[in-house]
Amino acid sequence: MKNDNPLRSRKAEWLVTAPSFLWLALFFAVPAVIVLAFTFHGHDASGGVGDWSMATWRELVDPDYPAIVWNTLRISFEITLWSIVLALPCAYAIARMSPKWRAVIAGAIMLPFWTSFVVRVFAWKTMLHPDGWLQACYLVWLRTREWLFDWLPGFLQQFLVWIGFASAGHVDPASSTILDSEAAVVLVSVYSFLPFAIMPIYSAAEKFDFALLEAARDLGAKNFYAFRKIFIPGVRQGVVSAILMVFIPAVGSYVIPQMLGGTDCVLIGNKIFMRAIQNRNIPHASALATLMAVSVLVPLALVMWWRKRQDARDRKRLDAQTARLLVSGGGR
Amino acid sequence: MKRSLFSVAVLGLVLAFLYVPILLVVAYGFVPNGTAMSFFDAQGRFLGLTAKWYEQIFAGSYAVKALLESFWLSLTIAGLATVVSCVLGTTAALALHRWKGRLQSIHHALVYTPLVMPDILIGISLLMLFVAAKVDCGFWTILIAHVTFCVSYVVMTVLARLQDFDDRIVEAAYDLGAGPWYTFFKVELPILLPGIVAGGLLAFTLSIDDVVITSFVNGAGTNTFPTYVSSMTKHSRNLPSVFALSTLMLLFTCALVGVSKFLTGMAPAARRH
Repeated sequence: MKNDNPLRSRKAEWLVTAPSFLWLALFFAVPAVIVLAFTFHGHDASGGVGDWSMATWRELVDPDYPAIVWNTLRISFEITLWSIVLALPCAYAIARMSPKWRAVIAGAIMLPFWTSFVVRVFAWKTMLHPDGWLQACYLVWLRTREWLFDWLPGFLQQFLVWIGFASAGHVDPASSTILDSEAAVVLVSVYSFLPFAIMPIYSAAEKFDFALLEAARDLGAKNFYAFRKIFIPGVRQGVVSAILMVFIPAVGSYVIPQMLGGTDCVLIGNKIFMRAIQNRNIPHASALATLMAVSVLVPLALVMWWRKRQDARDRKRLDAQTARLLVSGGGR
Repeated sequence: MKRSLFSVAVLGLVLAFLYVPILLVVAYGFVPNGTAMSFFDAQGRFLGLTAKWYEQIFAGSYAVKALLESFWLSLTIAGLATVVSCVLGTTAALALHRWKGRLQSIHHALVYTPLVMPDILIGISLLMLFVAAKVDCGFWTILIAHVTFCVSYVVMTVLARLQDFDDRIVEAAYDLGAGPWYTFFKVELPILLPGIVAGGLLAFTLSIDDVVITSFVNGAGTNTFPTYVSSMTKHSRNLPSVFALSTLMLLFTCALVGVSKFLTGMAPAARRH
């Protein structure tokens, strides 16, 4: 009787699909095309969109823009690195707890999201005040960094300065405030995105067989060695999700650098907002948005390719196992 | 089983790191000196706590008028966006679950791409649409934007619920002579309801918290709670009221989550009948 089931018909499919399909096509796909089209226009002085031209793309080599894109990627990388380094031991600790405690701690990690994000950033702003204790910590951190830097060989120092991870010259405590600095942006971004890093690693760690670690220890592996060689590869799917969950919003971040970065730390997001709202230079904002989309889509495509390869490899291994089983079963 | 003390210590520090700002939000709701945001006077003496910021909010006094207006606007938009995105999200999830053709693979891409796009790109592209269509930004453009980024999250939660949905129930309803609408409202909807409610709650929290997308499409003079707060960087006289209102919101959401935990706790019992 399946044929007269009205919900299996082509017409029903269109009817059920149409609302969300049309909405997202109109308000997500079409705008994306418009953004791309605007990058091939010049802008006119009255804040509108001018004629078709390649002027916008030519203007993108303005030394300001590549530096901002590079800074955004570098800071996002820093934020991601810190988040993952902190999230791994957290996920490990939660996964080793009893199920009741796991639920409590996982809930506690998500709870901060129930207060407004902007308000939490404001709370940070008051904490980062130049008279506060975080300012003192910041100076200690700067000095430590400088001390470590002096230890490095010259070519490495030059390389670090060149990619922007370190600056030449010495720390001046009077002019180094944590508020309106890159460090504030990294700190508060890690604070905001850390739960998104912990959760995927934790859900992978929940399925991880901890007996493997015991076995490694029985065979003489040190704790950290076992953690690095058995646990991290065991939860790598979760780690990869976590990297994406942190890296994507970091590249797109706008509020945190706006409120805490000052003029020191202007990222693509801030520049897009500046061009779109303050300067009314729509083509430039569109071109920067396109660059941001590319910076997000490239790592995403890489991860999808990696996952596919991983799946294929797992399947091959499974096939080999099945074949072996069949052979041995056939022999029996 | 050997516990690693190191990892537990890191977890403890991370939890402290996550909670210090929240505790500060609650504390600043009682701050006596609102301009310096300080609990101490110039001589370092403790000034005590005050409830005047809460009084201002409950009295609806003039100083917090704009703040409260932005808050009500946020609630209105979040409520409407939740309803619309729940309707769109549920039909989308049903379509994606039931059919597997070319149309659905495009549909799937349309639903999932917004999830991996940074907010700011959704904001700027919608602004471009409104610029190209020469629409004035305001209440309706904010609502459209919020529905657009909430739909995908509702679809995800409803699809998760559909995964353990027994399709034979629908077949059975048809075999017994029920029409498509009757089947939807009497069979599918009640089973999907927990998923829809969960998706709706997610949509509500995302909408009420959004600042990036809203700041692109709000136009001049229309402020939701988050955009109002972020515009206060320079003149921060109302800051303690913001913290007080946030504390009230935190209490409210905790209560809401408590209720939903209670309801989901009851769901398995209801399924047994």
